[in-house]
Amino acid sequence: MRLFLALGAGFAQHRARTLLCAAGVALGVALGYGVHLVNRAAVEELAAGVRAAAGDADLQVRAVRGGFDEALYPVIARLPGIAAASPGLEVEAGLPGGSALRVLGLDPLRAAQLHPGLFAQRPRAIGELLRPDAVLLTQAAAQRLRLGTGARLELLVGLRTVALEVVGTLPESALPGEAAVTDIATAQWRLGRLGELNRLDLRLARGADLGEVRARIGALLPPGVQVERVETLQASGAALSRAYRVNLNVLALVALVTGGFLVFSTQALETARRRGEHALLRVLGLSRGALVRLVLTESALVGAAGAALGIAVGYALAVLAVRAWGGDLGAGMFRGLAPSVAFAPAAALGYFCAGIAVAVGGAALPALDAARAAPARALRAGDEQQVLTRAPSAARALALIVAGIALSFAPPLYGIPLAGYAAVVCLLVGGILLMPAFSQRLWRALPLARRPALALAGAQLRGAPGQAMVSLAAIVASFALMVAMAIMVASFRGSVERWLEALLPAQLYLRTSHAGETAYLDADFEARLRRLPQVKRAELLRSARVTLEAGRAPATLIARDAPADGFAAHLPLVGVPYARRADEPPEVWVSEAVAGRSRVRPGSRLRFPLAGRMQEFVVAGIWRDYARQQGAIAMDRSVYAALTGDARANDAALWLATGADAEQAMRAIRALPGGGQLEFGTPGGIREASLAIFDRSFAVTYALEAVAVLVGLFGLSSSLGAIVLARRREFGVLRHLGMTRREIGQMLAAEGALLALAGAAAGLVLGAAISLILVHVVNPQSFGWTMDLHPPYALLAALVGALLALAMLTAWLSGREAMGMAPVRAVKEDW
Amino acid sequence: MLAAPLARAASVDYPAVTRGRRLRFPRDHGAHPEYRTEWWYATGWLERDGAPLGFQVTFFRARPEWRSANPSRFVPRQILLAHAAIADPRHGRLRHDQRAARDALGLAGAATATTDAWIDDWRLRLEGRVYRAQIAAREFDLQLALEARGAPVLQGEGGFSRKGPRPGQASYYYSRPHLAASGTLDGAPVRGKAWLDHEWSSQYLAPQASGWDWCGLNLDDGGALMAFRIRDKAGGTFYAPPGVAFAPLRTWRSPRTGVTYPVAMRVSAAGAHYELEPLMDDQELDARASTGNLYWEGAVRAKRAGREVGRGYLELTGYGEPLRL
Repeated sequence: MRLFLALGAGFAQHRARTLLCAAGVALGVALGYGVHLVNRAAVEELAAGVRAAAGDADLQVRAVRGGFDEALYPVIARLPGIAAASPGLEVEAGLPGGSALRVLGLDPLRAAQLHPGLFAQRPRAIGELLRPDAVLLTQAAAQRLRLGTGARLELLVGLRTVALEVVGTLPESALPGEAAVTDIATAQWRLGRLGELNRLDLRLARGADLGEVRARIGALLPPGVQVERVETLQASGAALSRAYRVNLNVLALVALVTGGFLVFSTQALETARRRGEHALLRVLGLSRGALVRLVLTESALVGAAGAALGIAVGYALAVLAVRAWGGDLGAGMFRGLAPSVAFAPAAALGYFCAGIAVAVGGAALPALDAARAAPARALRAGDEQQVLTRAPSAARALALIVAGIALSFAPPLYGIPLAGYAAVVCLLVGGILLMPAFSQRLWRALPLARRPALALAGAQLRGAPGQAMVSLAAIVASFALMVAMAIMVASFRGSVERWLEALLPAQLYLRTSHAGETAYLDADFEARLRRLPQVKRAELLRSARVTLEAGRAPATLIARDAPADGFAAHLPLVGVPYARRADEPPEVWVSEAVAGRSRVRPGSRLRFPLAGRMQEFVVAGIWRDYARQQGAIAMDRSVYAALTGDARANDAALWLATGADAEQAMRAIRALPGGGQLEFGTPGGIREASLAIFDRSFAVTYALEAVAVLVGLFGLSSSLGAIVLARRREFGVLRHLGMTRREIGQMLAAEGALLALAGAAAGLVLGAAISLILVHVVNPQSFGWTMDLHPPYALLAALVGALLALAMLTAWLSGREAMGMAPVRAVKEDW
Repeated sequence: MLAAPLARAASVDYPAVTRGRRLRFPRDHGAHPEYRTEWWYATGWLERDGAPLGFQVTFFRARPEWRSANPSRFVPRQILLAHAAIADPRHGRLRHDQRAARDALGLAGAATATTDAWIDDWRLRLEGRVYRAQIAAREFDLQLALEARGAPVLQGEGGFSRKGPRPGQASYYYSRPHLAASGTLDGAPVRGKAWLDHEWSSQYLAPQASGWDWCGLNLDDGGALMAFRIRDKAGGTFYAPPGVAFAPLRTWRSPRTGVTYPVAMRVSAAGAHYELEPLMDDQELDARASTGNLYWEGAVRAKRAGREVGRGYLELTGYGEPLRL
C-alpha cells in the first residue's frame, strides 16, 4: 500500500517525463513488433504459396527456366513408389502493358488428384479448362487485371500477343496470390514451349521410401533439373530473404534498446531530483531493497504502459506498411504476393515483456544508486549533483571495444552476420561506457575561459560529471547510430551510383524482360534492329537462370554480345581479371554473390548446366552486382548461343549513329514489327528509376534513423532540462553575485554546446567505426556484395550543427524557465 | 501489334449411331474413339469366405467436343475415367475410388483392337475369352478374371439400342452375361458371377432426359435380363423399350447427399416381373469431386413371388441433378 502511495505521488509529479519514457519504450516495441509481423506475414505467404501450388505432393521435380523433356513424365509416373504424378509448366508470362503474370499450365485431371483444394469448390472447372485456350484466373489476378469470365487474357510471347479466354476465377482458398491456370496443352502451345515441362508434383505410394524414390528419380534427371521435398522448397523461400529480415529485426532491436536508454537517462535524472524524497522514505522506514523495488516498479509500470501502446502501434504500422509497400517493405523480394498481417499473440507477449524488461533494465542503475545513498546526507540540499559519480571502469569499456573489433573479423553464421551485429553492440556499449573517463579527462583539460559565463560553464561540467555523463551518453549513443547509418546508406548509394554508371555506357536501352520470361527478341528482329540507320552499334543480351547448386535459388545468366575490347573494360570488376589461356574452357564473369557462394576466384573453373548439359567454364573475373542478390554470371552471347542453340535476346543496348537522337531511334524501333511491345530507357532514366527503388528499399532504414535521432534528442533535452531545473538555487546565488540573466543564459548555452560538441565528436568516431562494420562486414555477409566507403561529409556536418544548436537552445530555454523564479526565493528554498 | 484473334474452339463431328451397322468382333470389343462416349461396365456378385459382395469396375471414354490445331502431345483428344466400387454389407456403404486422365504419353488410353482400357495401373483388358481387371484402389485391391462362356448378347436391334424417340438418340450396345468371376480382393480369394456391358454412342441422353434406371440380371435358370428406361425431368418415363417398366417399391435417402433413390424396384420386361432387392441400401457413388456424377450403382437380388431367381446390378442415375455425360 505504502509503495503505491509513493508511486502515485511520483507519477503525478512528473507526468510529462513519465509520458516521454513510455513513448520511448512504445516506439521501440512498436518498431520491433511491427517488423516482426511484416516479416512473418511475408514468409508465411511465401510458404503458403509453395504449399498451395504443391497441394498434397511429397516431392517436386523442378527445372529452372529451361524445363525438361515431357517424355520424362510417363517414365517417372510409372516408377514404383509413385502413387500420383501431376505435370506442370509454370511460366512468368509477359502482359502487353509491361507487367508479368505467373501462368500455371497443368493437367486439371491430374492436378485434381494431387491438389484436391484447387477445384474443390467448382469441380466443373476441370472440364472447362480442357477447352482449348481456356484460362482460369485467381481472384487476386482477376482483380488486378480487371478481367471477368468471358474476357480475353492477352499474353506477350516473343513480341506477339496470344489471347486466352477467361472461363472463370479460382477462389483465394484454392490458389492464393496472382496467377493464371490453364491446361498443360494450351500452355505448351501458346507459350511456345511444346514438348516441355518444368515441374512434376509427385505423391508417394503408402510405405514407399522417400529417400529411395528420390534417388531413383534423381538418376533420371538431366543436369539443372532437381527433385526436392516440398518441405525443402517451402523453407527455401524463407531462406532467400532471411538476411534481409534479420537486418530489419536488428534495426528494430536497436530502436528498442534506444528506448531503454531513454528510460535510463530519464530515471537517472528523476532519482537525482527525488533524492531528498527517497531519503525521506528511507528515514520513514523504507528499506534499501524496498526503495530499489519502488523505483523499479515505477519503471516497470511505465514500461508496461509504453509496451502496450507499442504493440497497438506496431500492429497498425505493420498493416499500413504491408498495404503501402508489400511484404518486403519495398525491397522487391516477394513479387506477386499479397500477404495479410495477422495479430500474433505469442510475439505480442514477447515484445510486451521485452518492453518492460528494457524499462526495468534502464532503471536498474539509477535505482541501485538511489538506494546506496546515505539518507542523512541525501536529505541535505545540493546533493543532487552527487548522483552517478562512480564512473564505470575504463578497462571494462576498452575490453568491450577490443571484443567488438575482434568479432568483426568472424565469418557469418547460417548466412547471417551475427558476429557483425554483436561487434556493433560491443562497440556501442563499450564506447558509451568509455564516455565518463573520456569526458572527465576532457573537462579537466579544458582551459578556463576569461569570460565568467564560459568559465562557470567549464567549472560546472568539471565539478558535476555525473549528470553531464548521462547527457553525454545519450548524445553519443544516438549520434553514433545516426552517423553509422548515414555513412552506411551513403556508401551504399554512392557505390550503386558508380555501378550504374559502369553498367550503362550506351545511349539507349530497350528490353522485353520487364514482362516475364515469355517475351523475347528473335533473330529476325535483331537483324532489322541492326540494319536501322539510326543505330550505329547494338549489344544484345539474353538472360536465363542457372542452378549452380541443388537447393539454392538459381543465379541469373547474362549472355551479352561481347564488346570489341572484351568484357573486362565494361563490367564493374572487383580485383584483377584472369587472362584465359587458349586451351581453357570459355570464360564467364561472376558476380560477388556467385564468387562467395561457389568459392571461385579468377582462374577457377565453374561448372553449371546449360540446356540440359553440364558445361565447364573458367572464371575470368569477379564483378559487383547490386541488382541480383542470388548472383549473376555474365558470358559472351555467341558462346551461349553455340552451347544452347538459343539465338533469342531479351534486352539491347544501343549506340546511336551521329546525328540521330534517342527519340528518332525509338520511333524507328517502335515501327518495326513487334516493336510496340518494347520498353525503352535512357541511361539517365534508368539511373533515376534504380536510385528511386534503392531509396524506397531503404525507407525502413531512414525511418529508424529518424527514430534514433528523435530518441537521442529527447534524451538530450530531457537531461539538459533536468540539470538546469535542479540548479535553481545556484542561479539565485549567481544573480546575487551580480550575474545578469543574459549571462546565466550564455553560461547554460555554453554548457550545452560543450556537452553536444564532446558528444558529437565521440559519436562521430564511434559511428564511423560502426559504419565500417556495417559496410565491410554486415552488408557483404548479408547480401554477398561489397561497397566502397562514401561518407556524406556535408550531411554529417549538418547533423553536428543541428545537434549543437539544439543543445544550446534546450539549455537556454530551460534556463529561462528556471530563472523565472525570483532570486531571493530560489536561494531560500534551501530548507 | 500483332494480336492473334481469339481462336474460337471449333466442334468435332461425332458419327451418328445408325440402325443396321453389324457389330464385328473382336474389333467392336475395342474402343471407338470417334464417338462421343463409350464404356465398359463390369458388375457382379462375389463371395469371400461365404459372404456376398458386390463389385463394379467401369472404364469410360469421352471425346471432348472441341477441335484444336494444337500440336501438343497433351491435347485432351480422349478422356478416360474409371470407377471402382466394392459393396460389402459388413462395411455398410460402398468403398469406391476413381481415376481420370487424358490419353497422353501412354499413361491412359483405350485400344481399338480389342477391349483394353487403362489409367496408370488400373486396367481392364480382354485376353482371349477372359476379361482381366486390375484395380489398385485407395481402400482395396481387386484383381479379377471374368471368363465369358457364351457369345456377346446384342441388345436392341442387333446391337442398335434406342434411347429416345429421335433417330440419333441411340447407342451400340452388347452385353456379356454370366461371366465366371475369380480372383482376389485384398489378397483373399473371391469367386462369383459377373456381367459386362460395352456401349458407345454420340447422343445417349436427349436434352429433355434427366437420367436412367438400368438393371442387368444373371438368372439362376441360365437366362439373362437387361432392362432400362430413360427418365424425363419430371421423373416419368421418357423412353423405354417396348414392354419394359420400372416401378419403385421402396426408397432410401442418402444421409450424405440428401438424394432419394428407389433402391427396390419392380421391373417388368417381356411379360415377366421381378422384384429387385438391394444387397444393402447405401450403394451411392459420389464422383462429383472429380469429373464424375452422383449415382446409385448396387448389387441386387431378383425375386419372383418372394423367391430369389437371380442376381445382378441396378443402376439409378440422375436422381440428384440431371446427368452430364
